[in-house]
Amino acid sequence: MSTELTGTTSAKINAALIAARRAAGSPAVGMVLTLVIVTDEENAHDSLKAARDASTEHPSRILVVIRRPGRSARRTESRLDADVRAGAAAGNGETVLLRLHGELADHADSVVLPLLLPDAPVVVWWPVDAPDVPSRDPLGALAQRRITDAYAVEDPPTQIKARAAAYAPGDTDLAWTRLTPWRSMLAAALDEVGTDVTGATVESEADNPSAELLARWFADRLRVPVERIVTEGPVVTAARLRTAQGEIRIDRPDGPVARLAIPGQPTRTLALKVRSTAELIAEELRRLDPDEAYAAALAARVTPPSAPRAGGSRDAAGGSRIGEQDTDDRRETSDA
Amino acid sequence: MTDSDTWSNPLRDTANDRRLPRIAGPSGLVIFGVTGDLSRKKLMPAVYDLANRGLLPPGFSLVGFARRDWEDEDFAQVVHDAVREHARTPFREEVWQQLAEGMRFIPGQFDDDAAFKRLGETIAELDAARGTGGNFAFYLSVPPKFFPQVVQQLKRHGLSDPPSGSWRRAVIEKPFGRDLATAEELNAVVHGVFPPAEVFRIDIGGRAGYYDGIGSARDVIQNHLLQLLALTAMEEPADFDADALMAEKLKVLKAVKLPADLARHTVRGQYTAGWQGGEKVPGYLEEDGIDPQSRTDTYAAVRLEVDNRRWAGVPFYLRTGKRLGRRVTEIAVVFQRAPHSPFDTTDTQELGQNALVIRVQPDEGVTVRFGSKVPGTQMEIRDVTMDFAYGESFTESSPEAYERLLLDVLLGDANLFPRHQEVEESWRILDPVEAYWDTHGRPAPYASGTWGPGEADDMLARDGRTWRRP
Repeated sequence: MSTELTGTTSAKINAALIAARRAAGSPAVGMVLTLVIVTDEENAHDSLKAARDASTEHPSRILVVIRRPGRSARRTESRLDADVRAGAAAGNGETVLLRLHGELADHADSVVLPLLLPDAPVVVWWPVDAPDVPSRDPLGALAQRRITDAYAVEDPPTQIKARAAAYAPGDTDLAWTRLTPWRSMLAAALDEVGTDVTGATVESEADNPSAELLARWFADRLRVPVERIVTEGPVVTAARLRTAQGEIRIDRPDGPVARLAIPGQPTRTLALKVRSTAELIAEELRRLDPDEAYAAALAARVTPPSAPRAGGSRDAAGGSRIGEQDTDDRRETSDA
Repeated sequence: MTDSDTWSNPLRDTANDRRLPRIAGPSGLVIFGVTGDLSRKKLMPAVYDLANRGLLPPGFSLVGFARRDWEDEDFAQVVHDAVREHARTPFREEVWQQLAEGMRFIPGQFDDDAAFKRLGETIAELDAARGTGGNFAFYLSVPPKFFPQVVQQLKRHGLSDPPSGSWRRAVIEKPFGRDLATAEELNAVVHGVFPPAEVFRIDIGGRAGYYDGIGSARDVIQNHLLQLLALTAMEEPADFDADALMAEKLKVLKAVKLPADLARHTVRGQYTAGWQGGEKVPGYLEEDGIDPQSRTDTYAAVRLEVDNRRWAGVPFYLRTGKRLGRRVTEIAVVFQRAPHSPFDTTDTQELGQNALVIRVQPDEGVTVRFGSKVPGTQMEIRDVTMDFAYGESFTESSPEAYERLLLDVLLGDANLFPRHQEVEESWRILDPVEAYWDTHGRPAPYASGTWGPGEADDMLARDGRTWRRP
């Protein structure tokens, strides 16, 4: 069931939600959180779709905040339009698309606050452009969890810097979420070798924020120099850990299949596919407490090895060594 | 392969980094009786689903052992078909490839030394080619009469002895014997080969094939319902590890007392022809392959007491049956009436007893029943429910039971598995009931599709109670 409301208020939207629920025959549903998506008209559709897919795991009330200030806020009429969907049309839970016109675009929190589910946690997700300090943003301040995506912006390295400077407990970034399969495999591989790591390497396309976070995670946890190598991509292509017994390597040159090499063991294939945004959001919503591992990685400083590695065969393979965040290339693909 | 015991993996920060899942270490699974129904419908799909969720180690290997003239490829094809048909997660070619590379098949009988020798060679080959690290679990998906033979063969060929730094585990399924004596015998055989901590017992309700002559009390009450009773009545464990849990469950089981008069407080039944859910069904004695004189119980109900301070005077009623009104597993904690009610009896005529119902299966969740005033000017209290359903708050369904159990076996996490002491205690409770039934009368008949024989209702009526309708 879908109800369109023009020139409306939060109270009328609440009434429409209750009416929609009654009509669907389920006066009480067990929604576990409110997810607020802050986006523009262009990205609203894809973000909402991802959130709905994620809602199969976490039934939630999804509020999509679309700001339409107009060219000049003063001359555009201040107005709230809403599209309320519940029942089969909204996946598991309820969806409200909120279009904020004119001056109201600057006061989104006043619209959102009355629509939050009582007691349940609030998550705010900025699929593309996030505020500089998410925790101080009026909408971000309402949330336990604030999800940004350093991969979706024009300039990921600058974005990572901003996230590190503004970090507050509850912040998280999808560039970090994308690393979970890599990190769990690397941790499992190191379990098997069971020895100290002396150096690490991360290979990726230029400016990949996940690669940057992986390098910082290594720096934080291993306290060793970490080398960054730029490849053709796509996204993160390899991670290496040097130990006294040899090198632990995960190579994912392309596609979903990676290869894992551990010293003294046969090389094995590994399914390491690039996950959809819905899967990433579902992972994010699984725990709503501060992610301290992310905080520590974000704050870490990567120091490149002092002397260049012998051989330089890596360069011949199309890569060139770079310092931290010194290129400005644009991304091509849309995920890590 | 650790350098020293003090080394800890710096990439694992379990306190702060909670995203990293528990992935099983390098390991493999050997399934005996791999051509069986259970293996195809449950085990193989569970292995694939685990791999698909990224919870199996790279190099995980699956070895099938059965009396079939198959090559590795034939086996892989059978697993492929089983996964396609029964897996719960979407089929992904790359995951399948990763898994299929580690599939091996050993044709042979359980008394065939050459086959077990080949199994040993295959395990060594997998350690070298796939990095399984010598860690193997042996899943005995075979009738219990073959357990002694299979575990002895594993011992004879050195397969039950883990190489240094690795593990070998055995997984066995119920029935764990048919009384205390046979259970002890079985445990002695298995523990003679595998240490108790490396033996994992799996009890999933309702396996067919050995039912006649065993009956529902042995099949379901002995382990399943007594485990639920122990979990309901136990004190909180010191922590959540397998030893602490077992200590508490065992205390409850040891405190369980049977009623003095078994005639009054136990009932067994046998279903007769009838209509179940709109379908005409035959009676137990008319089923194919069942002895028309069979005295097997398809329904059993007993009253137990937990003889400790907390549960003094609280009866525990266990009941189970086939062809009942519907298929359901529940734990209902029924509360005593308040010692004083300020309402008139007419006000509370429709008020039942407050209850907390834990729905184990299906529609997992918890219901609280309590009284509420009916709106209006008259004072009238009626039962209402407050409900929590997993399916509403977590639409992602819980992992399939076998998925969870297999992963726990590979991780060595024994929380969900009953230990041999618990199995033996459960038989100690049930044996006198079975002995009594053997010498007294026949199962009471009940029509299929009902909630059991009238005798069971009488049994509760004697205590001034009635059964809940689940």
